[in-house]
Amino acid sequence: MNLSLYLWQRGTAALMAPMVIVHLVVIFYAARHGLTAADILGRVRGSLGWGSFYALFVAAASIHAGIGIRNVLSEWSPLAERTAGIAAAAFALVLFGLGLRAVAAVTLP
Amino acid sequence: MTVSVARTARRLDHRKDALWLAALVHRLSGLALAVFLPLHFLTLGLAIDSEARLEGFLRWSDAPVVKLAEGGLVFLLAVHLLGGLRLLAVENLAWHDGQKRLAVIAGVAAAVAAVAYLAVVL
Repeated sequence: MNLSLYLWQRGTAALMAPMVIVHLVVIFYAARHGLTAADILGRVRGSLGWGSFYALFVAAASIHAGIGIRNVLSEWSPLAERTAGIAAAAFALVLFGLGLRAVAAVTLP
Repeated sequence: MTVSVARTARRLDHRKDALWLAALVHRLSGLALAVFLPLHFLTLGLAIDSEARLEGFLRWSDAPVVKLAEGGLVFLLAVHLLGGLRLLAVENLAWHDGQKRLAVIAGVAAAVAAVAYLAVVL
């Protein structure tokens, strides 16, 4: 892993740490107060705050996971460094696309 | 032959170390979360079609076996978070003893979070 990727991975980790704590609190809150589609959409649909929070979360998670997958592929698979990088970048892009679609699905009015 | 086995055993000795295990758990939990995330996003994306499709999935997820799996996911998320915080502290703060104890505490805290989740939903 080069210095730039290292900094991106640690930077997104530091950014996501409080976001993961918030997400865990939301998971427990939702589990305790009943998990229905109406409840979920009632809480977040039309909310700029939750939409921004989760869009940023998705972006950070996609970058963080992409770099992590790249490390795993280059260390634990026979793939060459360049191929591992391409595969991980493709994974990160798919994750980012699916994540933004999910955020749009639950937050856009 | 015996010498070779002994050498191999010595080479693998580090794998009994708590911090090596912590690094392995951090990597494997991250890998598992990376596999889960696309499915999580696809599920939430069901709301694009209709609220009823998302509701249908959520009612399917009421099955106890799915709740157990969710408890596992809470453990994975918590252990990856706490392992990551430990790593950031090791890399950016002054070194202090007790790293093994911190790694164990992280694992236990994540397990407690998963059990607490299961206590709420089951």
